[in-house]
Order: sequence, then C-alpha cells, then structure tokens
Amino acid sequence: MTKQTKEYIAFWIFRILSFIVLAILIWILYFIFVRGWHMLSWDFLTKMPEDGMTKGGIYPAIIGTLYLVAGSMLFAFPIGVLAGIYIHEYTNDSKFKRFMKLMTNNLAGIPSIVFGLFGMSLFVKTLNFGDSILAGSLTLGLLALPVVIRVTEEALIAVDDSFRHGSLALGASKLITIRKVVLPIAMPNILTGLILSIGRVSGETAPILFTVAAYFLPKLPTSIFDQVMALPYHLYVISTSGTKVQESRDMAYGTALVLVLFVLILNLLANALRRYLGNKVKMN
Amino acid sequence: MNKIESKNVHLYYGDFHALKGISMSIQENTVTALIGPSGCGKSTYLRLFNRMNDLIDNVRIEGDILLDGRDIYKKNIGMRIDELRKKVGMVFQKPNPFPKTIFENVAYGLRVNGIDHRSFIEERVETSLRQAALWEEVKDKLKKSAFELSGGQQQRLCIARALAIEPSVLLMDEPASALDPISTSKIEELIYELKTKYTIIIVTHNMQQAGRVSDRTAFFYLGDLIEYDDTPVIFTNPKDIRTQSYVTGRFG
Repeated sequence: MTKQTKEYIAFWIFRILSFIVLAILIWILYFIFVRGWHMLSWDFLTKMPEDGMTKGGIYPAIIGTLYLVAGSMLFAFPIGVLAGIYIHEYTNDSKFKRFMKLMTNNLAGIPSIVFGLFGMSLFVKTLNFGDSILAGSLTLGLLALPVVIRVTEEALIAVDDSFRHGSLALGASKLITIRKVVLPIAMPNILTGLILSIGRVSGETAPILFTVAAYFLPKLPTSIFDQVMALPYHLYVISTSGTKVQESRDMAYGTALVLVLFVLILNLLANALRRYLGNKVKMN
Repeated sequence: MNKIESKNVHLYYGDFHALKGISMSIQENTVTALIGPSGCGKSTYLRLFNRMNDLIDNVRIEGDILLDGRDIYKKNIGMRIDELRKKVGMVFQKPNPFPKTIFENVAYGLRVNGIDHRSFIEERVETSLRQAALWEEVKDKLKKSAFELSGGQQQRLCIARALAIEPSVLLMDEPASALDPISTSKIEELIYELKTKYTIIIVTHNMQQAGRVSDRTAFFYLGDLIEYDDTPVIFTNPKDIRTQSYVTGRFG
C-alpha cells in the first residue's frame, strides 16, 4: 500500500467515526424533540401535575431543580475554586500535589448513588436536616466538587507562567498576583466549567433520591428544609414507577425535553459567557 | 562604584550544578552583557539578581549577592524580596503584558506596591512610556488593550512597566530575541539611553547586539564565568581560547 492510500484510509476512518458520534447525538436529540415537542406549552411549564401526573405541568419539578442547582453551586463553587487555587498555586511539593489530584479524580469517579447514600447518612440523618433542599444541595455539591476543582486547576494551568513572573518581578505578592492577574485570565474558563458542571448536576438523579426528591408534591418549597420535586427524578417516577406509566408517557418525554433544553441552554450560555469574558479580560 | 557584587555564587537545580562559583562586580550606570552558549547558566545567573530562581522547586543557592552593599539573600540582615524587586526590574524574553489596558499595565507595579494617588500614577505612566520611547505611539489609546500592540511595542510596554516603579537595576533576558530587526534596533537604542539612569544587565545570544549595547561583557561556559572584561576586549582581544572561539562563531 502506498503512503497516500494509507493516509486516505486513515482519514476516512477518522471521519466516519466522528460522524457516528455526531449522528448518535443528533439521533438522541431528534428522538426527544419529536416525542416531547408537542408537550411544550406555557401551561406545561407553569402548572402543577394533575391526575396522577398524567396531565398538567411540571412547574414544581422545574423550580425544585433550579433550587437544587443554585444550592449545590453556592456550596461547591467557592470551596472548589479555592481548593483548586490552593492545589495549583500554593503546593510546590509535587508528591502532595499528585496525591490531591489522585483524590479529586477518585472523588469524581465515585458512583453518584454512593454520594446519595453518603448524603442521606450525613446530612439527612446525622446532621438532622431531613429530606430537604439543604441536604440535597449539599449532596449534589459534593458530587460537583471534584469537577469544579479540576476545572479550576485546568484553567489555572492554562494561564502562562510569564504572567505570574511578570507580576512577581514587579514586587507583587503571590496573593495579589493571583487576584489581579491570574484569576481574571482564568475566570472565563472557570465559569464555563462551572456552567457545564451545573448541566451535570441538574441531570443527576441518584444523589437526590434519598436526600430531597419528592415523588409527588404539588406545592412550592417555603424554606431550605422543605422537600421538592426535581426534573430527573420526576422523569424517573413517571416513566417507571408511577401508577399510570402508559398514560404519562407524553409527560415523560415533555420532561425529558425540558431537561435537555435546560442543559443545552446552559451550554450555549457557557460558550457565550466565555467569549464575552474573554474579550473583557483583554480590556481591563 | 559597585552596584552589584556576587561572591563565589553556586546554584544547583537538584543535583545539577548550574553555576560554579561566580564572582563578579557590576558598576553603576553601565550595561553588562552576559553571553555564552545555551545552557551555560547566563539566564540563571541573571535571575539571581531579582530572586526569580526562588520560584523553581529544588533550587539551592550558595554564596553572596550584594546590591548596594546589602545581601539580597540573607533573610534577617538583608533585603525583603518585594523591596528587592522594586529596585531590580526585569524584562523577559517574550513580551508578557498583562491582559489589561496599556495604562493599567504600566500602573500595575505602582498599584501593587500600594500607590493609589491618581494624578501621581498618571504622571508616572506618562514618564515611563516616554522613557520607553512608546508614548507618542500609544498616547491616544491608553485605554485600549495592551494585546492590540505589536510585539515590539509590547516589549517596550514591558520596559515601561518595569521603569514605572523606578528601579535602579534593569535585568533583560534576551529582550529582543522574539522581535523583528526594526523593533530590535529600537530596543537597543533604548538600552543605550537608559544607561544614564539605570544599571542594565542583559542576556543575549546575539554577538553584534552585545557588541553594540554593552560596556562590559561576561562570557559563561558550562556554569563557569570564563572571562569578564570591557566589551571591546572580549570581542577583539579575548584572553581565553574558548571566549575567542565563541565570539568568532566557531561554536555556540
């Protein structure tokens, strides 16, 4: 075989494989859009579920998911970013650094149901938060923590050392260098990663199963100690364990579509934000 | 008067003996060129004067380095590191302006050293930009991003940034190696002018550049200081055969 033929074949193998990936993604989206699209309406988004969750809307699940996402980020973002900064900027000892990396990677690899059990045991029982937004948010936050730490680390690694050296050489302290030079450069990437981790958190079912999610609760929470419904759990309930699984099929696809759109919009937002901040950083 | 004195300085990166007992003194308001083949230790030596080697893991430094007669490495009797870096500015090989406006780049060193008087900062920014021969080119776009400048302009901006905190020594690590010939000659003219106010130490791979800008030249080879003399002597009448081979281009 000539060099050119080999090149040609390799090129087509790569190309076909990438098309397969793309095709699967489009297929999933198409599948959910076709089945769920007709369910989307203002009522669907803003009404309580009715008739054994076969009619009405998914309003409480949407609100519940928003609360959980906000709560988990309130917890995971500051801790994760600070931990990431510490690991990358302050630890010189490469053994310790490797150990921290290993631990965060392990944390990221723990199955989410284990986080759920841990959350139940620690937040729901031991700390006595009960099944509540607080317990669910903290559990989801724990799940997001390794992602946030890693995203922060990656963003800091991407900041060229010449910026740090330039600042230090002017007599700036390490803290000032991080605050005034390193973080502004890294922030677009950190925020993008954060939004992407929100996407992940919003779709998780297992961690909220034992810590916050309500099977059916047609009212909005009034405090962080209330239970809420949530989109992924709602989807699970009406497609597998409801009383009228067949009748609520359409509701399930509608819920799936809302969840997918939520994540899709978040990803687009992440992109737009990165571009916007990327330009702004240069200007400040 | 001796601005800088180093006495028997050794530096180790882990097990690697990078500088093997360097002693030399540098006079005030002169330009000293450090030359030698890659890996000879000249950049490492330069980075001793503002303690940038401290940022690298596993570095061990022995010997004394005095700035204005004060030891810069002795913790108790010496000089604090931020105080040192205010006195010893540095310009890097690759232009490294911050992702900020032109104005804020120059003001940065003042701000981080606790100066926030606005008119004072404005005045100092203008003076520094003039000293770096950049003022005329940027005076109408001080609020624009420093990244919009050309490479040569960025490097002069970095020089202005270093000058803004009024150091007395300026370290330059191959400041023109990433620049085109016109920008390079501008930087060289600048060095010549700055000599009247600053003590400049420049690392360069470019023999002609060393010959053009410097008063004294030090030739490094494999971690040793081989020869240190007036620049014309080094280039026309070196005492060591290795110096001669290097400056005439027989190895490098």
